[in-house]
Amino acid sequence: MADILSLAADNLLSPVILSFILGVAAALGRSDLSVPEAAAKGMSIYLLFAIGFKGGASVADHGVDGTLIATIGAGLVLSAGLPLVAFNLLRIMTKMSRVDAAAVAGHYGSISIVTFVAATSVLQGRGISSEGYMVAVAAVMEAPAILSALWLISTGGSDRRMDGTLLREILLNGSIVLLVGAFFIGLATGQDGLASISSFIVAPFTGVLCLFLLDMGLVAGRGLRDVRGSLGYGAVAFGIMMPVIGSLAGLAAALLIGLSTGGSVLLMVLSASASYIAVPAAMRVALPEANPSIYLTLSLGITFPFNLTVGIPLYVTLAQLATGG
Amino acid sequence: MKTHKAKRVVITIEAIMQKRLTDALESAGVTGYSILDVIGGSGRSGPWTSEGQISRASGMVQVICIIREERLDTLIDAAFDVVDKHIGVVTITDVEVLRAERF
Repeated sequence: MADILSLAADNLLSPVILSFILGVAAALGRSDLSVPEAAAKGMSIYLLFAIGFKGGASVADHGVDGTLIATIGAGLVLSAGLPLVAFNLLRIMTKMSRVDAAAVAGHYGSISIVTFVAATSVLQGRGISSEGYMVAVAAVMEAPAILSALWLISTGGSDRRMDGTLLREILLNGSIVLLVGAFFIGLATGQDGLASISSFIVAPFTGVLCLFLLDMGLVAGRGLRDVRGSLGYGAVAFGIMMPVIGSLAGLAAALLIGLSTGGSVLLMVLSASASYIAVPAAMRVALPEANPSIYLTLSLGITFPFNLTVGIPLYVTLAQLATGG
Repeated sequence: MKTHKAKRVVITIEAIMQKRLTDALESAGVTGYSILDVIGGSGRSGPWTSEGQISRASGMVQVICIIREERLDTLIDAAFDVVDKHIGVVTITDVEVLRAERF
């Protein structure tokens, strides 16, 4: 317990998390601080490119081992399976309608790439290495949860269907294309490629992440302001319980596969995080009757800040205990 | 100067649905329209603003078409298939245009 608290305190005192907290505080205090949309978009492109490239270069350096396929398979199963857990939990803990519960559940099977990036930064700061291909696992975990959410609705007799346009939008959304594309560029060019652009994608990375998380803090803070109006106590409790349950499922999968401590943490973070970009967009198209203020507030206002401040240190400690790392 | 009667259809819809709507309009032969960003507003779900939205998924746009009256039903049928269950507003107003051959 003391370890967890000490790690949580260290994590909270990192520039990255303090920037996030500054954003949350500014939004809660109704400051007019804002990051221009184009700047935030530029930073997200930079972060996705950098994380994808570094992951690819790492795989090129260390080679592909048998755990790659197993981890991707585990990611697919976790992404598709966690919404079923989330859906049943929501039906027990809250009075949400079936449609709202399915829409929320879809978010909790999918991932938050920003939480993933923040976790890689924490691991890097602690000198804990991880498998480079976790970036690819992140990419494959985005979409299956959406299919699970739509399946949950179809079992209730609704006729919501996935059409070809929506499927293409989900699979080829800009974040996934950039992340996977940069991964393959890193894989193709290896450590030489990384060395040639490291002054751009390695050295400034943490500074850019600070500014990006400042913006995310502002967005999450606005989400937190909406909690009182849109969420009951049961839903708020779900927003904290579900990431812990997801992380434990991720840890179990990581132990079965034999991932390193860092890889285990990242699989836990992917399983614990909830989407607030790709899945909300898909839900607006496929389930327009679901209330967006419920799923966005839960994912962005509760789970995202929880994971960044308390979740990541908790997952690092659990992974270290479980893997002996 | 002589003017001609026409209909102005304004469809306020979620940005995520914009491409689906314009595709449906074009399939119905409505190839002229303008798209405007909506910076904020208030409705049944309460007030909202485009500022600080994390993605365009939660933003709104307006698709504006000016057409001859006889083509109105075609446009409305095409639009309704897309906007039916989604947040948004469809309004139709009478307008006058100067160059009828353009519509």
